Amino acid sequence: MAKKKKNEEAAEIVMTDGTGYRYGGGIKNVPHNLAVDMRRNKMVYILLALILVFFIIFHYIPMAGIVMAFEKFSITKGIFHSKWVGLKNFKDFFGGPYVGRLIRNTVAIGVLDLVLNFPAPIIFALILNEIHQKRAKKTIQTISYMPHFISAVVACGLVVKFVEAGGPISEMIAAIKGTKSVNLLNQKQNFWLIYVLQNMWQGIGYGSIIYLSALSSVDQELYEAAYVDGAGRWRQMIHVTLPSITPMIIMMLILRMGSIFSVGADKILLLYGPANYEYSDVINSYVYRIGIQEANYSLAAAVGLFNSIIGTIMLITTNQITKKVAGTSMF
Amino acid sequence: MEKSFHYKRSPGRIIFLICAWIFLLFITVVCLMPIWHVIMASISNPTELNVTRGIVLKPLKNVDINAYKMILKYQKLWRGYRNTIMYCVLACALTGVMTVIAGYVFSRNRFRFRNTFMLLISFTMLFNGGMIPTYMVIRKIGFLDTVWAIVVPGCIGVFNIILMRTSMQGISDALEEAARLDGANDFVIMFRIILPLCKATFAVIMLFTIVGQWNNYMSALLYLPNKANLYPLQMELRTILYQSTKEITSASDVNAGSVYARSVEYAAIVVATVPILLVYPFVQKYFVSGMTIGAIKA
Repeated sequence: MAKKKKNEEAAEIVMTDGTGYRYGGGIKNVPHNLAVDMRRNKMVYILLALILVFFIIFHYIPMAGIVMAFEKFSITKGIFHSKWVGLKNFKDFFGGPYVGRLIRNTVAIGVLDLVLNFPAPIIFALILNEIHQKRAKKTIQTISYMPHFISAVVACGLVVKFVEAGGPISEMIAAIKGTKSVNLLNQKQNFWLIYVLQNMWQGIGYGSIIYLSALSSVDQELYEAAYVDGAGRWRQMIHVTLPSITPMIIMMLILRMGSIFSVGADKILLLYGPANYEYSDVINSYVYRIGIQEANYSLAAAVGLFNSIIGTIMLITTNQITKKVAGTSMF
Repeated sequence: MEKSFHYKRSPGRIIFLICAWIFLLFITVVCLMPIWHVIMASISNPTELNVTRGIVLKPLKNVDINAYKMILKYQKLWRGYRNTIMYCVLACALTGVMTVIAGYVFSRNRFRFRNTFMLLISFTMLFNGGMIPTYMVIRKIGFLDTVWAIVVPGCIGVFNIILMRTSMQGISDALEEAARLDGANDFVIMFRIILPLCKATFAVIMLFTIVGQWNNYMSALLYLPNKANLYPLQMELRTILYQSTKEITSASDVNAGSVYARSVEYAAIVVATVPILLVYPFVQKYFVSGMTIGAIKA
């Protein structure tokens, strides 16, 4: 009853002074009239329209453009007049010669990347957190972020040079094994590991930033309390440090699971070559090759759609699982 | 950090600390080594460099800067430099204006449907059309082979909007109302009143944009198929590193230029990478704060 009265009062204020802006009471209490609101805040709605137009053109129209995956798309005829072929493109892909190796490579690289590069920054952050020399800590952090700012072109170019026959890393491996140095990229599954380690080089420091900042905000009294209760450093880590960054870890895991099988084309395109296609070609690089280079748009769109559906399913599944198990989720 | 209590230095603890230092030192060396190698190799004696296997830790034999002289004469790299700087400026301008606008629209209390629209926009993070349909749209609206294909499609990022909105939400409405009573319009409020209070977040977004543009080659590969004169730096670098350096080494007046093939590659990397590596330690704290806000609010 009291609330209703307040509403009326607030409405009156708006009616009488005629500005439509909130004066203390809060707009939530004001009966909302869209037409009035739009007239008064014209500019805000125009700006909103601008933003929405951008998202419609560059995000929602491409989403609708996915129908081309079900057509025999031709540029001259456009989306609306191309011939509808149903699932033919998907059948072509799954019946084609490359589907096996594409899925295997994408899954292998995605899983390896998750298994190695998800925990790496966490471990790095936990160990760095144990160091109390401020200067040294700062220096190590600064240096470890550096590779992140090196472009994919340069980073992959360096990888190619380092692992080619006679390159520093190849030589090192050869010396350990006692064999002649060879191009490691062309050694079957090695490609996966090289790709993932390259990602680790660029990502371990940068990825640790958020964990370090979460760690620095842990209440020091918790450590004292644990110490008083007889917990050693190890127990403190298990019972104080880790729980304090668990929500962060879970959130990062959900985000990562969503993109686990969308291994980006950019680095693959720089690293692969005819000699290692068998182990290096992933779904996105294939989409680029048949779509952009060979102009087989429908097939490429179908393969891309397959990949993004898997990604979305992974994201939602992980979210549900963590919601059940850990009680933390993103949405 | 002042500690009010002291740990016993148990033998286990000491062993742990030694291992931790070795691990951290290893990471540091691995992160630095390739960068150092490139710089040293670029100023090494080229003949010596060609027969050397392994990491170059100091200039081989003598310091030789001919590779840099060759690079300086290579017009395409400088054209790439110019283009990249142009893309950075354009992208910053577009991203800056659009993100501030979006942040303003989605953070103001008197705008009723902000959460609905925010959700609509956030959805694009979850699911998108993919490479080919996006390419088709760019093609259809005539952006292919133009500057706009590089700077426009990525100019509003959901992540940036979330950053901006978060920081604008922290600003009191009273400020806006006061300005409005003084007759300020939305643009004045946005750019003169609110933006100065969100300088740090704005800086973070600008930095993300610059680094993103500087290192981007994929947009050019996709959207500039027939316009080599619009190629950004990274595309030129790609040609040098992955295809051939002949054009550079043969054009020079240094005798036996082809000896310099490898030195030139390294010199090109240095020329293209050093600006960003030099700037980055000074702006590092902004990156860190940006990552942190983003992670908490995402």
